[in-house]
Amino acid sequence: MSERVPVLRIGDILLVSIQVDLEDQAVLNLQEDLADQIVTRAARGVVIDITAVEIVDSFVGRMLATIASISRLLDAETVVVGMRPAVAITLVELGLSLGGVRTALDLEKGLALLRRSASGADPR
Amino acid sequence: MTAAWAADEEPQTQNIAHNDDVVRARQQVRTLAQRCRLSLVDQTKFITAASELARNTLVYGGGGELRSGLVEREGRRGVAAVFEDSGPGIPDIDLAMTDGWTSGGGLGLGLSGARRLVDDFVLDTEVGRGTTVTIVKWAR
Repeated sequence: MSERVPVLRIGDILLVSIQVDLEDQAVLNLQEDLADQIVTRAARGVVIDITAVEIVDSFVGRMLATIASISRLLDAETVVVGMRPAVAITLVELGLSLGGVRTALDLEKGLALLRRSASGADPR
Repeated sequence: MTAAWAADEEPQTQNIAHNDDVVRARQQVRTLAQRCRLSLVDQTKFITAASELARNTLVYGGGGELRSGLVEREGRRGVAAVFEDSGPGIPDIDLAMTDGWTSGGGLGLGLSGARRLVDDFVLDTEVGRGTTVTIVKWAR
């Protein structure tokens, strides 16, 4: 039985903060949990906080890209926040530039980015 | 091996048979990379390379073993990890080292990406016998 990462909700945004070194099955579980919750909670945005994540290998990198694609199909936008500089350097050298994934330096900037794009695309 | 294990200690061994062993492999090499006083970026690169190779050992090699420890060469210190499996081996090494090529469901960045992240990379494989990958990162 692998651990599950809690998915929190703030308004119409889902927030995931990865705090432990996840095994691959837990990464896949998170992907499914998020897809599920985007729909059941009618979320418009997903923030994935990786401030505490020391390494992102190709498996986790692919998960981030896949979540971004899945959420786009489900009418939600994903922002990855808090990537460490050493992680960014390593990802690029590994060959994963995560072109389709939006990023912000921290949680506050990530939430602001989602608010801006929500008001731009859908004025309410 | 491309260098001798450091004389004052034995390399550590870790079985790689389940998903959580990949996590343990990362933790084992993280501790060593810190003890070797690699820079934070070099630690991150080495642990990431080890994570790719540990997963390869599990997924493509059907499980195997990691030996890791500090190494010395010409007065320099480094950290080494050796991933060994008795799986099917790699029939075409050039192909396997190509970015984007995968025999499984991965991204095809494991071997080629890991090689870019370390200083020394040695791939020893034989069809039907298995695969051994050795990586070293030297302290600057």
